[in-house]
Amino acid sequence: MLDANAFDLRQYLSRNPQSVAVWVALVALILFGLLRYDNFGSAYNITSLLNYNSMFIIISVGMCFVIMTGGIDLSVGSVAAFTSVIAAYLSPYGIEVALPGAILAGIGFGAINAFSIIVLRIPPFIATLATMLGAKGGALVISGAQTISVDWGSNFTKMGMEKAFNILPWSIVLVGFVVIMLWFVLEKTTLGRTVLAIGGGPDASVLMGLKVNRATAFVYLLSGACAGLAGAILASGFGAGQPLEGIGWELSAIASVVVGGTLLTGGLGSVTATVAGALLLGLVFNILNFENGRGTISFSAYWQMVIRGVFLFAVILFQARVTAGRSARIKATS
Amino acid sequence: MAELLQMRDIDKAFAGVSALSGVSLEITPGEVHALIGQNGAGKSTLIKILTGVYRRDGGTVVFNGTESNISSPREAQDAGIATIYQELNLVPLRSVTENVMMGYEPKRLGVFVNWKEAHKRSREILARFGIDIDVRAPLGSYSTAIQQLVAIARAVSLNARLVIMDEPTSSLDASEVEVLFGVVKGLREAGVSVLYVSHFLDELFEICDRVTTMRDGRTVDCRQIAETSKLELIASMLGRDAADIAQAGMTEFGRDEISEAKGEILLQADGVSTGPRLNGFDMTLRRGEIVGLGGLLGAGRTEAARAIFGVDALTEGQITVKGSDTKLKTPAAAIAAGFGFLTEDRKAEGIIPDMSVRENLTLALLPRLRKGGQIDRAKEREIVEHYIKALGIKTANMEQPIRELSGGNQQKVLLARWLAIEPDVLILDEPTRGVDVGAKREIQAIIRDSVANGVGVVLISSEFEEIVEGADRIIVLNEGRIVTELTNPGITEEALVRALAHTEGQAA
Amino acid sequence: MSTQDTEMQPGGTSRTFAWGPFLRANGGLVALAVILLFNILFTPNFLQMQTLFVNISQVATIAIVAMGMTLVIATGGIDLSVGAIMALAGALAPLIFLSEFGQTYPALGVTLAIVLPLFAALACGLFNGILVANLKVQPIIATLILFISGRGIAQVLTNGNLQTFSNPSFSYLGTGKVLGLPFQGWLALAIAGVLYLVVTKTTFGRYVLAIGGNERAAELSGGPVKRVKIGVYMICGALSGLAGLIVVAINSASDAARNGNLMELDAIAAAVVGGALLQGGRAPIFGAILGAVIIQLVKYTLLANGVEDEVALIAKALIILAAVYVQQARKE
Repeated sequence: MLDANAFDLRQYLSRNPQSVAVWVALVALILFGLLRYDNFGSAYNITSLLNYNSMFIIISVGMCFVIMTGGIDLSVGSVAAFTSVIAAYLSPYGIEVALPGAILAGIGFGAINAFSIIVLRIPPFIATLATMLGAKGGALVISGAQTISVDWGSNFTKMGMEKAFNILPWSIVLVGFVVIMLWFVLEKTTLGRTVLAIGGGPDASVLMGLKVNRATAFVYLLSGACAGLAGAILASGFGAGQPLEGIGWELSAIASVVVGGTLLTGGLGSVTATVAGALLLGLVFNILNFENGRGTISFSAYWQMVIRGVFLFAVILFQARVTAGRSARIKATS
Repeated sequence: MAELLQMRDIDKAFAGVSALSGVSLEITPGEVHALIGQNGAGKSTLIKILTGVYRRDGGTVVFNGTESNISSPREAQDAGIATIYQELNLVPLRSVTENVMMGYEPKRLGVFVNWKEAHKRSREILARFGIDIDVRAPLGSYSTAIQQLVAIARAVSLNARLVIMDEPTSSLDASEVEVLFGVVKGLREAGVSVLYVSHFLDELFEICDRVTTMRDGRTVDCRQIAETSKLELIASMLGRDAADIAQAGMTEFGRDEISEAKGEILLQADGVSTGPRLNGFDMTLRRGEIVGLGGLLGAGRTEAARAIFGVDALTEGQITVKGSDTKLKTPAAAIAAGFGFLTEDRKAEGIIPDMSVRENLTLALLPRLRKGGQIDRAKEREIVEHYIKALGIKTANMEQPIRELSGGNQQKVLLARWLAIEPDVLILDEPTRGVDVGAKREIQAIIRDSVANGVGVVLISSEFEEIVEGADRIIVLNEGRIVTELTNPGITEEALVRALAHTEGQAA
Repeated sequence: MSTQDTEMQPGGTSRTFAWGPFLRANGGLVALAVILLFNILFTPNFLQMQTLFVNISQVATIAIVAMGMTLVIATGGIDLSVGAIMALAGALAPLIFLSEFGQTYPALGVTLAIVLPLFAALACGLFNGILVANLKVQPIIATLILFISGRGIAQVLTNGNLQTFSNPSFSYLGTGKVLGLPFQGWLALAIAGVLYLVVTKTTFGRYVLAIGGNERAAELSGGPVKRVKIGVYMICGALSGLAGLIVVAINSASDAARNGNLMELDAIAAAVVGGALLQGGRAPIFGAILGAVIIQLVKYTLLANGVEDEVALIAKALIILAAVYVQQARKE
């Protein structure tokens, strides 16, 4: 028998076939970009790609936790819009206040979701749909349906616009830190394992004596916090709170999570693959921009959505084949 | 001796309907205590009260010398009560280690799971059960039996004072049952008590010390196992006189004189394979006969049934229906060819819980009820009324949701679903599983009557007396292959067990 | 639960009448009555033909899509692509009757401008259905594809331009009157009647409910699971396409960016308020209309009483939560 602790790539691949697709596609797209476009690997392109996608990455990772419990959070986009307004209002007090303020506001919406789902026993799809509408309405009410400019004199805009140690924008560093922390939570803590167990067998988890309600509450609070952070980055990066932003973000996040191989029914999932999924969808845009820049073909902005959909379709087709084989195997032996 | 557990005068009602009334149960340290009763007698409710899933309405529970008010499964575990539930309560997508250690993972710095240690410990725990598997693989990639043993290993590893086992052997084969019994005996020697719930009465005599019988939400008696008999236990569960049962025989098939001349060949399978679990399966089924499929769990019986019914695609071989080589690729095609298939998993594959008895009963018949694009309501009601009466289905009316019926009556509705299509071939996979003794006999009588009317039946049952008394022939399977065929009259339970034991010997 | 329920009822003091069960069984109708009463008392000019007219023409499209959504939800699925399909169908119609061919043969042009977009919508439903039924992709993901790209296709087709037109025969879909009431209102009622018969009287309807109730049982009982599933997505697609055409006809303009935007939310909300269960097994067709009417009336009430549009969103959120909470209580 192999040393049980050695990392066995083959074993990893055979156990996570649905995550394989995203890594293969990501590497392929990066290679394609590097070979085809001169500036693809430039620091500027990498930074702007990461900077633009940092909001989607963080929201996707929060969504990933929710989906691993078998739930869903449709409210993230509206919550991010709401918290971007909060962050803009708080920006005169500096980043020390605006960032925690935005995150706390996000957690507040997460708490509403958790309450509806755990206490009122409303299905997550509906509970978070309602929060989505509520947060959207709330964002418009508190902002008077206007974008709210941030205080340029404070240090708030540094987060989205200045670089840490002159290398990477602060927002990317922040998101990277949070992602690594959440990776630890999922892989190395009881809480993370409980999250996966709930999705894999909700009744079993209760009977095993796991703290199901606590873990369920945690994922919705976390998703809210992630949306809050994304809202702060949004306000900081664009210099304004954007009450009308965030439409369709939840579906992009779900797409990233799914492309990353996390099962929508819960029980299986990965933080790293989710980040890869979000980057992959971002790269599709990036490469289209380069292609337009070369002038060989001209895709209007409308084509981007079409191509993104086609891309999602391709990944889903691939996964449908892989997981069909896998579930057939599991069924046959049980 | 001081009691480990004393439950006194436990009452519990659901929505005003009493489920338990005045139930008492006492277990001494190091005792293996059996709990028996028909379905709906209240065993599961009692266990769930003990383990904190339900809250009792009245009565007292004293555990380990102190009055206990356990209100969640976690509290029960921490107090020293570990439970293995009848329906596997594990998470198949997660690794074996996670399933064994869930909630009790070894940690570093009080936060981070120490996976190396966790894998090591779960390997050690499983080794005590003679299981040597890759603990990092998803639990779902192993057989049901292994999963069951993992559940037991988990429960035992929690340093319990009392281990509750709810039908632990229902999915184990003979050798695995032996392993389990070894574990139970080991627990007893270590002073741990076991509350053992089982439908298989023979097992009780092998490992239990005392047995408590429940009936209609009450505990009716508690006996030393050494001073009672199987017949007495059945009588006590049914609330009937032991002597009556001895005369009546064990099943309702009553097919003493099995006629020699059978009708036309309905179904012939030649060298049918659907994968590793069914390999080269042959059988012939004639009108008016019952062919039993014998074997232990995982022998390929259900797989054979699924192959015949077009659920699983054939990789080899062919199935001939009434002389013509027909490809039954879907259940719909099989139904159109006159086949019916009563599944072993009533809840997951049988009933549609929120639909009415009527809608459940006519589900397979729908294509024939179609009249100009619509459902012929009058005919539908007529058919449903007929079967409710003919099968003695106890339901308020045909519009009652099927989920409100008892297990036995649900099973009768499903049986009626297949009888209603007036099938030529009925495939019955565990037709009496999970139904109480009374309903069991009624279902057996229904099967007997439809065979008398010329239906050919393929019968799968883990209750040996059922196929021994009911079948004309028994095809014995092991590991997906046919090992022998027994012919009635003359089959005895001993003969069947010998046939199975023989295959075991060969396989090892 | 029962104690909570009685606490919830404002009129819980009555001893002669069981308010709890009555409210739970008829929550939608009661809510509708309350809203109507409120409007009659407080909203200026509520009891006028004009009000009725405006509300019916607004509610018809939501109701039509919500009925399709109800069928999809009844099989345990969901369709996020309805808004995108509306945009697509809506973009196609003017392209057809404004084309050279359409100008030369106006009658044929308008006919084709209605039929071809409906076929395109059916094809979208077929695509969703095949993904869900044959490839076993979870419905929310399967329909996400068209949600993302469907509107993009519509915008590519029209180059993102607003297409305005003047075509009275096509506009009849959105502005015509029958017996003094909007044509699309009658259309929605007719569709409801047909779908109601389909659900209650046909084998297709029975299979829809059976699949939502227990898919494996339905399949093992010979139910044509794949065909039925594909069927409901096609119906939902076609109804969305029709709704898209109506919106274009009302405005005499097609805007691919806005047509059907966020319709998936309204449709799901209406279906749920109307009594559909997300896990499947229930298909209250008239409930979907009731749900659509309630949502529309609340929106109207708030607007007519000077409450901002934004607050209406929050009100909608609360209605959805209340509806599902009441359903939940009824089940337990």
